[in-house]
Amino acid sequence: MATHATNEFRPGLRVMVEGEPCIMIDVEFVKPGKGQAFTRVKMRNIRTDRVWERTFKSGETLESADIQERDMEYLYTDGEFWHFMATDGSFEQLAASEDALGDTIKWLKEQEVYTVMLFNEAVVSVTAPNFIELEVTETDPGLKGDTAQGGSKPATLSTGAVVRVPLFIVEGEKLKIDTRSGEYVSRA
Amino acid sequence: MQSWQPSANLKQLQARQRLYRSIREFFYSRGVLEVETPLLAQAPVADPNITPIGTVNSRWLHTSPEYAMKRMLCAGSGDIYQICKVFRHGEAGRRHNPEFSMLEWYRVGWKLPQLMQEVAELLQLVLAERYPKLSVRYYSYRAALQKYANLDLLSCDDLDIRTLGSQLANADLQLDRDGWLDIIMSHKVEPALPRNCLVFIDRFPDSQAALAKILPDDKGVPWAQRFEVFFNGMELANGYDELLDADIQRKRFARELAGTGRPCDERLLAALEHGLPDCSGVALGLDRLLLHICNLDSISQVLSFDWHRA
Repeated sequence: MATHATNEFRPGLRVMVEGEPCIMIDVEFVKPGKGQAFTRVKMRNIRTDRVWERTFKSGETLESADIQERDMEYLYTDGEFWHFMATDGSFEQLAASEDALGDTIKWLKEQEVYTVMLFNEAVVSVTAPNFIELEVTETDPGLKGDTAQGGSKPATLSTGAVVRVPLFIVEGEKLKIDTRSGEYVSRA
Repeated sequence: MQSWQPSANLKQLQARQRLYRSIREFFYSRGVLEVETPLLAQAPVADPNITPIGTVNSRWLHTSPEYAMKRMLCAGSGDIYQICKVFRHGEAGRRHNPEFSMLEWYRVGWKLPQLMQEVAELLQLVLAERYPKLSVRYYSYRAALQKYANLDLLSCDDLDIRTLGSQLANADLQLDRDGWLDIIMSHKVEPALPRNCLVFIDRFPDSQAALAKILPDDKGVPWAQRFEVFFNGMELANGYDELLDADIQRKRFARELAGTGRPCDERLLAALEHGLPDCSGVALGLDRLLLHICNLDSISQVLSFDWHRA
């Protein structure tokens, strides 16, 4: 496996840090007026999705990590795994566990394309596109004048996710949802 | 794809011209002589934390004009300044470029407070357009550490320093006391210093004296006669009440050069033996100063061609 010294550190570099696969987000060279140099790195642990910071002495090395990001289409689930297929024409299929899906499970829609992060060729996380179109499967008819909840009501979407929507939305409608905030954006 | 174009815009090139002009007028009106010393030297810097770039004919690109300028002072030059390129291997980043521009000057017979005052006046002048009437604050190293890291240098022990340092680094880096203090200063104290004013930190721990005199304070505690200037989170300059004693300098060189394979600068030692007049000197990073003048973030934006485009 390749190793990288501090002078090769840059955003985007994929490395193993303390046994965890990480992607560097920000790299800062720190050199006191007189004294040894350090490199301060902000990175994302792709297994836990946690962002953390660590300082390295100049010259320290890190092993590179086999981390890949691929666009894959969601196919189906067998209850235990969620199956995705590569969109690059290879027809390669990969299975993601519920753990790897995390929050994205509520935005899974067949034939939609997701960003799948792989570590040592196993799926560690799946990210939904920023915006997704989903159908409302269940919601109360919004009664005009009912502002008890501030002009919005809950609606259940085809994936099981519940979002707050304007009162005029009815069952069967297709909505545009921001998957990062989980909020209704507009009708699709 | 490596670009052929400069990394700085015309605007930044013009700002550099204005800065250099202001600096020259400043020193000309104060009677300080501009000098030019060789970039290629037979003996490189002794500081083990700075890696000099060697050339094929066993010379070294200077990492600062200090040694040559001190020899000039020993020869009776009087007050001198220099604007020149310096070279330090391996340092490239948002605020570092292996080749960069330095302003370095020496004032004979001046003590640190007087030199700090002059540094403040120069910086206030060149930063005046963006930061009119810049205020100045002075902290001793000990006071800054106490105020911004809640650590009393004189009463805390090595373990306290290491504990705080490894917390800040998020790793146990196996450093010595000064190494951990550097971590604490760079990770905690410097980012916390007051913004939009010049901050001087002086009286460094005696173990970090480099080429500065070590003098006791009124309680007998020795401190290095050294200062650094910070502005908005960036170190701009490093100044010293210069060490005069050739023997002490020789011993420091021996300690620093051990294991580096670098030759000792015997000519500097010979000059010191002849006699260096009592003086204080300061080195200031001009590219970083330009970052503040132009309100930019990355050193490549003020360099005609940064490291990757050179």
